[in-house]
Amino acid sequence: MAKQMKPNEIISEIDYKKMPEGSWLDQPAEIKPGMFCWGAKAKSIKAVGFPNARDWNPSEEDWKLPENWQGTVLEAMKDRLGKYRSFKLFMDICVRCGACADKCHFYIGTGDPKNMPVMRAELMRSVYRKYFTTPGKMLGKLAGARELDIKVLKEWWSYFFQCTECRRCSVFCPYGIDQAEITMMGREFLNLLGLNIEWIMGPVANCHMKCNHLGLEPHTIVNNVEFMLDDIETVTGIRINPSFNRKGAEILFVTPSGDLFADPGTYTCMGYLMLFHELGLDYTWSTYASEGGNFGFFSSNEMGKRLNAKIYAEAKRLGVKYIIGGECGHMWRVLSQYMNTWNGPAADFLEVPKSPITGTVFENTRGTRAVHISEFTADLIKHGKLKLDPSRNDHLKVTFHDSCNTARGMGLLEEPRYVLKSVCNNFYEMPEHTIREKTFCCGSGSGLNAGEDIDLRMKGGLPRANAVKHVHDKHGVNLLANVCAIDRATLTTSMDYWVPGVKVAGLSELVANALVMKGEKERTTDLRGEPLPNKAGGDK
Amino acid sequence: MPTFDFQGKAIEVDDDGYLVNLGDWVPDMAPALAAQDGMTLTDAHWEVINFLREYYAKYQIAPMIKILVKEIAKSMGPEKGNTKYLYELYPAGPAKQACRYAGLPKPTGCV
Repeated sequence: MAKQMKPNEIISEIDYKKMPEGSWLDQPAEIKPGMFCWGAKAKSIKAVGFPNARDWNPSEEDWKLPENWQGTVLEAMKDRLGKYRSFKLFMDICVRCGACADKCHFYIGTGDPKNMPVMRAELMRSVYRKYFTTPGKMLGKLAGARELDIKVLKEWWSYFFQCTECRRCSVFCPYGIDQAEITMMGREFLNLLGLNIEWIMGPVANCHMKCNHLGLEPHTIVNNVEFMLDDIETVTGIRINPSFNRKGAEILFVTPSGDLFADPGTYTCMGYLMLFHELGLDYTWSTYASEGGNFGFFSSNEMGKRLNAKIYAEAKRLGVKYIIGGECGHMWRVLSQYMNTWNGPAADFLEVPKSPITGTVFENTRGTRAVHISEFTADLIKHGKLKLDPSRNDHLKVTFHDSCNTARGMGLLEEPRYVLKSVCNNFYEMPEHTIREKTFCCGSGSGLNAGEDIDLRMKGGLPRANAVKHVHDKHGVNLLANVCAIDRATLTTSMDYWVPGVKVAGLSELVANALVMKGEKERTTDLRGEPLPNKAGGDK
Repeated sequence: MPTFDFQGKAIEVDDDGYLVNLGDWVPDMAPALAAQDGMTLTDAHWEVINFLREYYAKYQIAPMIKILVKEIAKSMGPEKGNTKYLYELYPAGPAKQACRYAGLPKPTGCV
């Protein structure tokens, strides 16, 4: 494997003024070590019944493409243009105003013009023009049209896996062109040729077979949770006894499997357990609906739909009234913007979520019947239902990273901040153009959080890290809070790389640190076992 | 498919050097895999490898780091029950590096 680039090497490589020599239409994509993910394995593709399963290596010349691959792609393109009006629209309406050009974290971090959102879209539009528009058919290159050849296909692969579907560019587009949907179509076409990446297809196959991306089996999930319960008991003196797969529970709780396995997500998970215990919530975990995330969404619409259906099948089987969802990113993009037409509305067997503690009816979830944990928690705090001691988080200076999908995909902007300010005394916002709907991606979303593309990830993570560095230098921020499992994993790597000294935590971990529970012993550490501020000497 | 040459036999590995077939693993393979990285395995390294394999047999996945840390504290003493110690043993990360020597696949997803 190639040696990982150093931060100064990444910085010195960026040159926004460097223009490609000759026409961009003739520049082949460079499949460079550190910048791409391994190709999907035959066994993962076979597991879900996708076509053209084979082992292949993106860095090799021969991608072992099926015969008539052009025909397959063009036929699919024709089909999707008819099926998805948004796709047709996004192929037609761009006027190349350039508003999006410098808004992409991958463009900012690489300086590669083809990472300008307009250019990434143009990779596909040029092919669209050639085969589906009259000027393109007649005038070819003059009309910005080009044939779909192997060079173009490799370029698609390279750049549609250098987009995290974060949709920051679409916020600035005067037409509101959703670049993520273009990337999604690109990946869908590549998928038909067996050209996905293993970091996506491995989790998809796992989720299909074992119901979560990690492939955690039911007894492993229970064992991991038991282990967290031991740690909670050490910190609070309270033994929690949650239920799994319990029929007749009022609420089904679903969270990304990363929370059940990897630090720091496990602390977030301890936070959920503690909050629900304190409320006496009638809820259950499920080892079947054991994945909130949906890597299927990163391969094709059809696969996204298949994985999403599992959550609702389980809700129906258990007979719950509604769902509470944990701190996940794309889970909420799927629920807010796709689920309703894929597998919904869920109105026939679920009720509109109503908090059993405050009586609040979450009208906004009428279609999906799934409430975000931050909405649920913010409502509890607003009604004074939680006893909180924010001074327990006084050793932390916190900033909040809006996850792309919850911010731009569902408009969850105020609730996490309201919760955060209630449980922490030291909160500092990053600059205005890097938060809320203008938030910068972690740099590794949409299934690009592998190990082999680490240079790409650190380049894409630069704009977010740069904003964190700003508040780190100015206010001494040492904790980056968020509500997404990919963030918890990838920002930890990115902070260690760009802004050492800043740790990463899910919001529910900070809630649980501050939560004063009935019958708890005096806490001397936080959930990570670190001493609490002012507690070492006894008195505050 | 890349391979790893072991005692004159080509063993299938994935692009990152993890064994494709778990059944191919034999104890002698761990030092040979470590030698590729210029590492020599000590008893302390083996303590981790043995636990990973035992855990995997039971749970079909590598343990959470928390679980590994606690287990090492139990067998090697509390002063070694921390991630710092594990990273000293396996600089590329206990999950990634030790799993590879132990013949286990690496975890994928939001990790």
